[in-house]
Amino acid sequence: MIRIIAPLIGLGFAFVLVLGLFGTLTSEAQPETAEHEFHEHPKKLDLASNGVFGKFDNQQLQRGFQVYKEVCAACHSLKYVAFRDLAALGYSEAEVAAIADDYQVPSVNPDTGEAATRDGVAADRFPLVYPNEVAARAANNNAIPPDLSLMTKARHDGAAYVYSLLTGYQPTVPAEVTQKYPEFQVSPGLNYNPYFPTLALAMAPPLVADNQVTYADGTPATVDQMAKDVAAFLVWTAEPKLAARHTAGLASVLFILIFTGLAWGSYKTIWRDKKH
Amino acid sequence: MSFPWAKQYEPKSPVMKWVDERLPFPRLVYNAVGAGYPVPRNLNYFWNFGVLAGAALAIQIVTGIVLAMQYSTDATTAFFSVERIMRDVPAGWFLRYAHANGASMFFIVVYIHIARGLYYGSYKAPREMVWLLGVVIFLLMMATAFMGYVLPWGQMSFWGAQVITGFFSAIPLVGEPIRIWLLGGYAPDAAALNRFFSLHYLMPFVIAGVIILHIWALHIPGSNNPTGVEVKGEQDTVPFHPYYTAKDGFGLGIFLLVFAGFLFFAPNMLGHPDNYIEANPLSTPAHIVPEWYFLPFYAILKSFTADFILDAKLWGVLAMFGSILLLFFLPWLDNSPVRSSNYRPTYRWFLIVLALDVLVLGYVGGAEATNGNVLIGQIATAYYFLHFLVILPIVSAAERPRPLPNSITEAVLKGKGGTSPSQTAIPEAHSPQPAE
Amino acid sequence: MATVDSAVPPGESSGEQLENPRRRDYLSIGAVAFAGVGAGAIVLPIINSMSPAADTLALSSTEVDLSAIQPGQSVKATFRKQPLFVRNLTPQEIAAADATPLSELRDPQTLAERTKEGKANWLVTLGVCTHLGCVPLGAGEGENKGAFGGYFCPCHGSAYDTAGRIRSGPAPTNLAVPDYEFTSDTTILVG
Repeated sequence: MIRIIAPLIGLGFAFVLVLGLFGTLTSEAQPETAEHEFHEHPKKLDLASNGVFGKFDNQQLQRGFQVYKEVCAACHSLKYVAFRDLAALGYSEAEVAAIADDYQVPSVNPDTGEAATRDGVAADRFPLVYPNEVAARAANNNAIPPDLSLMTKARHDGAAYVYSLLTGYQPTVPAEVTQKYPEFQVSPGLNYNPYFPTLALAMAPPLVADNQVTYADGTPATVDQMAKDVAAFLVWTAEPKLAARHTAGLASVLFILIFTGLAWGSYKTIWRDKKH
Repeated sequence: MSFPWAKQYEPKSPVMKWVDERLPFPRLVYNAVGAGYPVPRNLNYFWNFGVLAGAALAIQIVTGIVLAMQYSTDATTAFFSVERIMRDVPAGWFLRYAHANGASMFFIVVYIHIARGLYYGSYKAPREMVWLLGVVIFLLMMATAFMGYVLPWGQMSFWGAQVITGFFSAIPLVGEPIRIWLLGGYAPDAAALNRFFSLHYLMPFVIAGVIILHIWALHIPGSNNPTGVEVKGEQDTVPFHPYYTAKDGFGLGIFLLVFAGFLFFAPNMLGHPDNYIEANPLSTPAHIVPEWYFLPFYAILKSFTADFILDAKLWGVLAMFGSILLLFFLPWLDNSPVRSSNYRPTYRWFLIVLALDVLVLGYVGGAEATNGNVLIGQIATAYYFLHFLVILPIVSAAERPRPLPNSITEAVLKGKGGTSPSQTAIPEAHSPQPAE
Repeated sequence: MATVDSAVPPGESSGEQLENPRRRDYLSIGAVAFAGVGAGAIVLPIINSMSPAADTLALSSTEVDLSAIQPGQSVKATFRKQPLFVRNLTPQEIAAADATPLSELRDPQTLAERTKEGKANWLVTLGVCTHLGCVPLGAGEGENKGAFGGYFCPCHGSAYDTAGRIRSGPAPTNLAVPDYEFTSDTTILVG
């Protein structure tokens, strides 16, 4: 019985699929778009944290933090990171306290109970830049500057994406794009950038000139260098336990390898006079 | 429930003797996975994956219990609590990555386990119940994995919950009320998150229970083997312990190496970047895809594009559920007297095509819905159904199998792994049924 | 009773069986030992994950403003999610505490040992009864201060004196004095 019903069901599904297949064959291909053709994959970015043995370069992270603090922090929050976490970048307790002190975090007025702010302490997380989404939109021409804590994990090839985006702005739409897609336009208030999926984003180029920040360690602050450093910093904010993970991983793999070797030996020993 | 030559449990210490007389639990373990379970001597490495699936479930339960101690089941704090686990909880990153990648490892292992069963005919009589319980476990796993993926409350969590509960709205008339009932609201929110967490915590223990039934059912006829020929005598078997415990130890080592590779060095490779963005009910990600282990089924869902009596959406949902439910009927769709595909020259080719077909479906499930991809998906989906529902019944009746070896031992002594047949075919029916 | 050896069918090489079967057992023992150590190594982070997390540990200091606390008054603050009592002792309360001979105390400590030098009127203690952790009464206005004028725990009747020392009832030790320092004349930083 089942061997009669089943083929009927199978053929039924196949029939409906064939109907769909004709539909697919006769439907017009989606037109190629500028967004599809001219969207570029991120440039390659070599960071100390890449690879199996990757470790953070604390000097670079500190430079990256400086770029974040002096440039990005005007619009972008870092809400999952606490000031105390910065100790991992090589800052002393006093330096962390001083950084935290520069920020105002939400608090309650002890006398009136009204919302107020106070100086940050090491235990606080980075405060929001805008109190809510509406305020963020209002201040940014209806665009929301995303939180950067997890940015390098929230995009494909995140660190390279951040680096490419920051260095990839083009002042005007390239001629080849307008030639091929005359209707493609960048709306007023948006900026052309081939590394952004829609090719146009609301964020104006944030790194515009060399020496926009002055590095304490004397590294020349080129736009390229600043973009690399802030990308490296955002790898750390997204995955602060990366170096510990790599260390633990190497130890674990070594241990499991020895176990597997012993287990293989044990297996072969036990089966040595048993043909199978 | 064992062969007559199975070793009997003899307690070595007075303590174990005392326990065994009052509660024969040591005896149960001995007969299930100890020296008291005779197993065909010719099992290959594909027979490691049952034990590995058990190990994967154990890892998920242990890491899951500790993670639940830190996780916050509230739509406003769930995402933050996961980040807190990653950043502030001691070894929290390890536990979370172990749990997230452990789910993928569980599915990899189970898919190989299922493929093993398909190829060597482990679903055929007298092991139908083992297979049916296995399909139940698979369904429970899929539900558990889906609900677990919702818990971090990232963009893919939210939109996954939206899309998957949306399947139910394809049901005529009652669909939309059912969807709203499932979610406890009009869109995934606090109510849905709480019930998903509750069920996500419960279901692994249900799975563990069904696994016990699965193993129980397996021990009635005993394990299948690469020849598919039943055990004929004592010379065909070895005791599970130490022979297969040792082999499973080695297999576990390899499994852990692969697992550690993902966990420590590519923990986000199998995940999706969008799930590191907190759920936003007002903005759908450009490209919603489920976790990799659901991609073939997602491809089947997407492949139905034509309305025919029913609308395309309902066809897709029916086909997607049907693609799994048809596995329940597999033991009766396959009429061949021969189990192992090593001796089924024609069917073997169709099985290889099926394996490739499922890989293609996986690719299509994750790819953009261009016309070309949809076309490939439709052809691959058609093959999937035709394979199980049309080709298998026909081939199993029409095919002339290669001659089977007389016994497992003969196959072993003739050549490696019992793949080379002897001259004389012995019908399966002659193999002795083991004593209960 | 079947044994491993008797399961070898005729025609199969059995030459190796003559060797000492225990010869390579160390491999199995080693594999099992490694599995055991590995399981132990996995249990550690799992147990450790239940210790206080970094954000909990970081909540380690509380600032209290003393300027509004009149002699005889107390305030309740929180320190590490526990109640903290800050009490401005009156001269009579100080005298009463100093007059108590140490020999009468279950947990002998002077008031001076429990306060900062020159700030003997500021008694800072955790508001956690050392018996089983209830919050004693006496810090709030009009609350029962117990027979010794300090704090009284309603759960099991422990009474503390004006120096927060246990005087009667089941509690074993005095109310704990946390680490703190005066950051100015009118503020303290606890922790």
